[in-house]
Amino acid sequence: MQIELLYFEDCPSHEAALARLREVLAEEGVPATVTVITVETEEQAQRLRFTGSPTILINGYDIDPPPSDAMYVLTCRAYHLPDGRISPLPSAEMIRSALRRATRT
Amino acid sequence: MAKLNLGDKAVPFSLLGVDDQAYAFDDYADLIRVVIFSCNHCPYVRAWEDRMIRIQADYADRGIRFLVINANDAVKYTNDSFPRMQERAREKSFNFPYLYDETQEVARAYGAERTPEVFLFDQQGILRYHGTIDDNYDDPAAVRRHYLREALDAVLVGSLPPTAETQPVGCTIKWK
Repeated sequence: MQIELLYFEDCPSHEAALARLREVLAEEGVPATVTVITVETEEQAQRLRFTGSPTILINGYDIDPPPSDAMYVLTCRAYHLPDGRISPLPSAEMIRSALRRATRT
Repeated sequence: MAKLNLGDKAVPFSLLGVDDQAYAFDDYADLIRVVIFSCNHCPYVRAWEDRMIRIQADYADRGIRFLVINANDAVKYTNDSFPRMQERAREKSFNFPYLYDETQEVARAYGAERTPEVFLFDQQGILRYHGTIDDNYDDPAAVRRHYLREALDAVLVGSLPPTAETQPVGCTIKWK
């Protein structure tokens, strides 16, 4: 399984996101290596189709697919949580669901 | 960039609010003033926004006034434009003036770097707390240190905050 975490340095939640990702991987017993990629330029954001930091891709698929009109820019990403809150961090449940979907396919 | 330090006097300003009225720092002389650099698009702001509204509501009748300022470059970040600020203020029923620092002069004078970033001034306009709102942007239920509330409670009784400075956590201000 290929797992990537893309981040933009200005957004401080990437370390917490990586820790949360590793925690879920351990809980799910998935021995995956996480590739961490720093996105530093607008050109790189375009090329990587980066819609904000942090972004987690599992086998190339975003754990929380952005809308089709999302811009590829150096920005911090907002995750919409089930209780209506917005967080700069994906929830553990969001990561877990994406991981289980990927292991089924 | 200039930077305010604890114990410094506030840099006065007058900025346009989303209701098309001008608001000046000195309009609220003798009150405790909480200047927060904020914006529309940043998820850290969004995460803390309801808490900002709640704190202003909880302390409104105790002589505390929030002044919330967006200084982001709206050309690069169109969600931070003045019309979008007006929309956001309406959507969230902001209970504080939401001000537009179009020239970014106020943000530079304060040395602000992040959104949200808090500067708390006592009744004499002296900076008594600088930093973040609390210690958990992700989960309001998991907050252990309510830095801004603790600072407000201290300043209200004429004391210094137990923690006077914390690291602001959020998006960087988008400079022109």
